[in-house]
Amino acid sequence: MRYESPATTKEAVALLAKEKGAAFILAGGTDLLVRMKMGLAEPDLVVDIKRIPDMNTIKTTQTGFRIGAGVSGAQLTAHKAINKAWPGVVEATHLIGSDQIQGRCTMAGNLCNASPAADSVPAMIAAGAKAIVVGKGKRRTVPVEKIVTGPGKTSLKKGEVVEAITLPKPAKRTGDAYLRFTPRTEMDIAVVGVGISMTLERGVVKKARVCLGAVAPTAVLVPAAARALVGSKLDDAALNKLVAACAKACNPIDDKRGTAAYRTRVAGVLAKRAAKIAYKRAGGAA
Amino acid sequence: MSDAVLVSTKVNGDVVEFACPTDEVLMDSLRDRAGMNGVKEGCGTGDCGACSVTLDGQLVCSCLVLGVEANGREIGTVEGLTEDGKLHPLQEKFIEHAALQCGICTPGFLVAAKALLDNNANPTETEIRYALAGNLCRCTGYDKIVRAVQATAKDLRKSKKR
Amino acid sequence: MAHDNSYTGQKFEVVGNRFLRPDGIDKVTGKARYGADANAPGQLVGLVLRSPHAHAKIKKIDTSKAEKLPGVKAVITSDDLPDLTGGNAGNAHILENCMARGRALYDGHAVAAVAAVDRQTARQALKLIKVSYQKLPHVTDVDEAMAPDAPVIHDWCFTAGLEEKPTKPSNIANRTQMGHGDVDAGFAAADVIIEKSYKTEQTHQGYIEPHACLASVNPDGTSELWVTTQGPFSYRSVCAALLGLDIAKLKVTSSEIGGGFGGKTHVWTEPLALALSRKANRPVKLVMTRDEVFRATGPTASTSVDVKIGATRKGKITAATLELRYQGGAFPGPWAMLACMTGFACYNIENQRSVGWDVIVNRPKVAAYRAPSAPMAAYAVESTMDLVADAIGMDAVDFRLKNVAKEGTQAPYGPIYGPIGIEAALKAVKKHPHMKSRLKKGQGRGVACGFWFNIGGQTCVDLNIGTDGTVNLAVGTVDVGGARSSLAMIAAEELGVGYDDVKVHVADTSSLGHNDTTEGSRGTFSSGMAAIFAARDAIEVLKGRAAKMLDVPVEDIVWEHGEARATGKGHGNLPKLSLKEIAAKSPNTGGPIAGHNEVVADGAGMGFAAHICDLEVDQETGHTEILRYTVVQDAGKAINPDYVEGQFQGAAAQGIGWALNEEYIYGKDGRLQNPGFLDYRIPVCSDLPFIDTKILEIPNPTHPYGIRGVGETSIVPPLGAIGNAIANATGVRMNHVPMSPVRVLDALDQAAQYEEQVSAG
Repeated sequence: MRYESPATTKEAVALLAKEKGAAFILAGGTDLLVRMKMGLAEPDLVVDIKRIPDMNTIKTTQTGFRIGAGVSGAQLTAHKAINKAWPGVVEATHLIGSDQIQGRCTMAGNLCNASPAADSVPAMIAAGAKAIVVGKGKRRTVPVEKIVTGPGKTSLKKGEVVEAITLPKPAKRTGDAYLRFTPRTEMDIAVVGVGISMTLERGVVKKARVCLGAVAPTAVLVPAAARALVGSKLDDAALNKLVAACAKACNPIDDKRGTAAYRTRVAGVLAKRAAKIAYKRAGGAA
Repeated sequence: MSDAVLVSTKVNGDVVEFACPTDEVLMDSLRDRAGMNGVKEGCGTGDCGACSVTLDGQLVCSCLVLGVEANGREIGTVEGLTEDGKLHPLQEKFIEHAALQCGICTPGFLVAAKALLDNNANPTETEIRYALAGNLCRCTGYDKIVRAVQATAKDLRKSKKR
Repeated sequence: MAHDNSYTGQKFEVVGNRFLRPDGIDKVTGKARYGADANAPGQLVGLVLRSPHAHAKIKKIDTSKAEKLPGVKAVITSDDLPDLTGGNAGNAHILENCMARGRALYDGHAVAAVAAVDRQTARQALKLIKVSYQKLPHVTDVDEAMAPDAPVIHDWCFTAGLEEKPTKPSNIANRTQMGHGDVDAGFAAADVIIEKSYKTEQTHQGYIEPHACLASVNPDGTSELWVTTQGPFSYRSVCAALLGLDIAKLKVTSSEIGGGFGGKTHVWTEPLALALSRKANRPVKLVMTRDEVFRATGPTASTSVDVKIGATRKGKITAATLELRYQGGAFPGPWAMLACMTGFACYNIENQRSVGWDVIVNRPKVAAYRAPSAPMAAYAVESTMDLVADAIGMDAVDFRLKNVAKEGTQAPYGPIYGPIGIEAALKAVKKHPHMKSRLKKGQGRGVACGFWFNIGGQTCVDLNIGTDGTVNLAVGTVDVGGARSSLAMIAAEELGVGYDDVKVHVADTSSLGHNDTTEGSRGTFSSGMAAIFAARDAIEVLKGRAAKMLDVPVEDIVWEHGEARATGKGHGNLPKLSLKEIAAKSPNTGGPIAGHNEVVADGAGMGFAAHICDLEVDQETGHTEILRYTVVQDAGKAINPDYVEGQFQGAAAQGIGWALNEEYIYGKDGRLQNPGFLDYRIPVCSDLPFIDTKILEIPNPTHPYGIRGVGETSIVPPLGAIGNAIANATGVRMNHVPMSPVRVLDALDQAAQYEEQVSAG
């Protein structure tokens, strides 16, 4: 196994594009090293992106935030402006593992690992996050929901790297929230996760995005669930519609972490709870 | 055979250099090449925290870091908690409060608890419990561990006031 | 000399205090050496290849490519181990469990092992070993394994314990029955009879330190094994028997042990490490991964239990029966028998019968786990006790008290109890402020009882006094949770010296006579007893030396508060001699001063506990949060209360994990799906509240200090206490452990549907 720690994104792309064997990007390593330990990944090349300055900083831009792919959960949690703008995204990322894992794990890694249960992903999608994807001589900006195509699979091409995640500047009276269900209070993988963002006008939901995690092969954006909220003040009727829309969007499996029936049921429960938090954060009367 | 890379790092303030197979995790490098056997392996997959160390001051599981990543960085282990031959207050309180039974998780708990108290001098019980959730203990039910951390925090706050 | 083990009510000066543990500094500084922390010159790395199949015939193992890999020094399969088939069945099963012989019997069963110069080479070598398997039908569920159409795992297994020997083999290894009285008459006299069935899933001890050892075998048979174990002496005799080594030539040193809870009482990879070392003629270090620990060491049994309890309206139990089906993994075990012995042990039931079935399945060989077999039987009994109390409209604690076992009650397995603590524990529960605290809507409280025998067994200690008067106590029981502190206190108490003057160490197998494994909560009980007797031996020596120094007959010397004093006519002016003074002169008065004791420590006092649990159930997700937890347990005498509390708290936490989330999950393919701490969910710090403890001290009449073992009992009540609390919080009775969110929500849904049907009907 060859280990490289390039200083620029360009070099990283060149290394990955050139490699004929199994090439992996090492961001936080909290998934890759586990897979190596279990013998599930046997890299010929590992490209460590944590020495690329551009990938390890958070920048506030005119349109929002640019979070480098190597930025750890701990760095994100410490960033006051993002906490204020997108508390749901920060909370979701903070839920990935322990404080030890937080010291290493990254949003981009959480995304590219392509687990259906990734915590930060539904929150990012609900917030309208985008991924900046860099390939050889090319750079494209892709909505986060377009990155993962199935368990362990992404739309990234050989040699492409996610350089950063961007979050938009939230419109006024916008709130977001992410809730997940796990049997333990910590150190667990989501059985169900729900990310919701919404923007209010005079207490009425004007815009909303609802995204479910761990209930389908990928995180699913549920426009019907968003429609259930839009135009409401989060009354019971709207919440009930939200629950129904979420249940309908679920396409889960029975596995060691939960049954399909359980996931479908609890997706609605969490959606309701997350919607209430987001609504309150957007300035709506609780 | 795996490629090896020469790694130059600082462990508890001392320069340590070793040839490191590229696929070796930092936990193994610290144990087998730097003599830091206080770094314990409980799972090797980041789920138990027994191998907790700091990497450039940041709390991490050393089983989820490659040894080569330590090049040019600074590592802190349980062996570095003792200063000038004196136990760190956390170490003293752990003994005083019977916060260890078998002791295999203790080094990881101490490193994690120190990271917590360095950032938060007055944590609530809940904050302590969540900050230490990445460290598994199977002997104590955590009761006396949480009490030891609370007692240390209280003492440290008092000594700072003086 | 023979010593009397009777309790004498002696007043204590040292015992009962909270001294700091002597190994604390080593453990908080990282200096303590555990199983994986030893190294030897020329050491190799050992790794094990394991079956990916639940049950498969091993047609061929081709190791040639692995052997040719540079850096590989030994490869072994069952061909390199003795064939014990037809000999001692117990040993044959242990060896076959360590390394598959012709068939892989469970996912994770070892099929080959390598020793190489480094980890990378050893890993590569494992990949080069080619095993051809032929998959066989498998069964992992205890009830399915008993079904007539189940695939029979061993053709040699004919159910023992039946009146008529069966004509066909099956997966049922053994039937056990015990009890007394007339059960039919008892049920006929009952006003209320409740019958219910329960299931519990398999759990693992979950010690944080994986099994690890360093083995070295010389061509002349002299060997050393450094290993994390609860029983260095038993590891020695078992490994010697399995590999044909001489007991005296194999030195086993127990490292510091990073948790065991019963799981380190059996050998797993140690014989393989020794065999690899023998083949390579170099030391071999073998450390299991966490995945291997889950797949291939001994978890506890999964079970299926039927309970029937009958009572009068006034609350007297008239009869009770238990039918217990326990799987012991791929080999027979004693697990259902232990369950029969413990199930009804907390109660005085005139007419009772317990029947146990030990069942074989395609899972790893079950090992002891803290009060082995008792928690599952107690879960079924304690849940049903609440149901009966409910049915007759009696308070659940009062109902237990009305039927509580006391001195004179006959135990399920026959003997009559001496003084025991369950009545006192229940009374303490009733009086406890916890019972009076208010619960909010959606919250519930549960109480349950637990029993464990505790054991004594073979014990041997050496006590040596240095010329400065400080004391070494060498013991052969392993310190799993602070025992060195307690044993130092005991020796200090007897000798009349300070706690800090006694240094206890755990001796290797070449330095001391045989000691039984540290299991059954015996460490402090039995080594404590031997330490008392050894100290008393040493005092006799001290008295003799004092007599010489004072030039008086030894009969005139008495020993008080660490000093020798001459009594009798004409001795009034003679000085008292302290232990230190006598020790200083010892080179000239007869040489080193020592005490020694070997004993079969009989009379382990039984342990009883009652727990109170408050919890809240999220009725929309099925999630249970433990709000408050109290343990009341009889310790006989708490030597060091800090570590007694620690045992109570740790046992309760394990029980809570078992009750709520821990379970082995096997797929349809018979493979374990959650062999890691991520999905085998032991409680984390934020899952638990503080765990309150109350130590009761009802002296054990057959220990000089009144000690009872304290390590295990408190893992028994939590399953029942939590089940009862969930029932009180939600109105729904859970009959399947763990009571995980998925199961709880499912049960709540079913209850709601039933309600709807009833109201619609």
